[in-house]
Amino acid sequence: MIAIQNISKSYGDVKALNSISFRVEKGQLFGLIGPDGSGKTSLFRILTSLLKPTSGKATVAGFNTVTDYKDIRKIVGYMPERFSLYMDLTVEENLKFFATVFNTTIRENYHLIEEIYQMLEPFKNRRAGDLSGGMKQKLALSCALIHKPEILLLDEPTTGVDPVSRKDFWDILKKLQKSGITTLVSTPFMDDAELCDEVALVQKGEILKMDTPQNLANGFPHKLWKIVSENNYRTLKVLDEFETKISAFSFGNSVHLATGDDVDEQAIVNHLKQHNVKLISIAIIKAHIEDVFMDLMSHEKGSS
Amino acid sequence: MTEEKVIVANNLTRTFGKFTAVDHISFDVRRGEIFGFLGANGAGKTTATKMLTGILSSSGGYATVAGFDIKKHRNRLKKNIGYMSQKFSLYEDLTLKENIRFYGGIYGLSKKETAAKTGEIVERLDLKQIENTLISEIPLGWKQKIAFSVAIIHSPKIVFLDEPTSGVDPITRRQFWNLIYEAAENGITVFVTTHYMDEAEYCDRISMMTEGKIAALGSLHELLTKYNSKSMDEVFIKLAR
Repeated sequence: MIAIQNISKSYGDVKALNSISFRVEKGQLFGLIGPDGSGKTSLFRILTSLLKPTSGKATVAGFNTVTDYKDIRKIVGYMPERFSLYMDLTVEENLKFFATVFNTTIRENYHLIEEIYQMLEPFKNRRAGDLSGGMKQKLALSCALIHKPEILLLDEPTTGVDPVSRKDFWDILKKLQKSGITTLVSTPFMDDAELCDEVALVQKGEILKMDTPQNLANGFPHKLWKIVSENNYRTLKVLDEFETKISAFSFGNSVHLATGDDVDEQAIVNHLKQHNVKLISIAIIKAHIEDVFMDLMSHEKGSS
Repeated sequence: MTEEKVIVANNLTRTFGKFTAVDHISFDVRRGEIFGFLGANGAGKTTATKMLTGILSSSGGYATVAGFDIKKHRNRLKKNIGYMSQKFSLYEDLTLKENIRFYGGIYGLSKKETAAKTGEIVERLDLKQIENTLISEIPLGWKQKIAFSVAIIHSPKIVFLDEPTSGVDPITRRQFWNLIYEAAENGITVFVTTHYMDEAEYCDRISMMTEGKIAALGSLHELLTKYNSKSMDEVFIKLAR
């Protein structure tokens, strides 16, 4: 449905995208996972025909993003990261506006947005600017869906959104997927990756790795330990001096320690004990996408 | 000796017409504490934070922040706190050094103090090679670390951080939290909002707002026990649904 071949985009000396290639198959929910500044927004703007690539080629449903832009705009539902709603129009007026622009009516495609719109209905006369972050995103998604697009392009739809609204939003995406819509979604939240069929981990305009979330997690190349202690900050400092450490990062109230295969539990426990760390528990765990991402990052830049 | 309280809020309330955005909230924050201020979108977090930082007046109740009454001493309050958000922190078209000088001036530091602080920040964050670079050309992760250092340039008793790590890569996010720990160890109280639940777990105490009220408040351990949960993510969902 989407084919991206060696797409590069430069702004002056700054390379926003550096020869990116991937494909999104029909019906897939594909995630671009990476921090701000990794080039996600530039890619979305290229795919929606709003920006021309410096080199490379992209097609959306077979249409070329440069030459066939009129066709693309009809079949794509785009939710940009910023400015997708008219803040001084009401909820209902926004939706009506987008329906009219695409030459359709709310009633015609109401089934697509019904579930989301029911959550918005109590506020339908409220101005979009006065909605909470989670509600704004639901309205923006409704507006992107109202012309029954074949492909949804969602640029960081869950940034600034609380964990509950974020879960609701992903539930909606999963349901839309069942109705046959192809979705490309970007997010800086690593745990969102697990909800996608396939993800590309992106950083500084390049793809670090691309696979199913399961394969990415299984491909973590080190032994990974979850260490719960009385004081994370101290544990991290103490682990700095653990010679066979590959990396150590805090994860909520625990620390994830990566080591080589030959390191055993006793060696870690002894080291912590020697430095007076009060250990609560230690166990070998499966890597999260975030572990994978940080591991790939540290190869990239040697830690800044 | 009683513990020093940097924030005392008592029945703090704010209404907009008929709507009560913040509904009689009461809590204390202790000196040197990392206090996580969580809540769903629209729960009243922003309104409460605006009152505590002297940007918005309250409709009822009272609060003191860094020893200043938020109603009577708004201007002095503002000089004695630090503030940083994801959206607005540094001037993009000024260089790193110019930004530091600007904020030093705003907070009434002498030339000498500003110069000393500039040297300290540049050295601690290892920024020598970019000290004369425009902020707009510096990567987001660095910017946020600089913004935090600038927000505490006048050694305030408390710093308010509004989603400081939104969109930041996972390694830099953790480096940022190391700066928070350091500041707290030096006695600066940290009041932080975030949508990353792993970050909520780094806080000494966590407050959770729903519909204008504080629905829960305690240490991570207390909240996990009380709500029979394995993570803050679970607690959040149980409370916000």
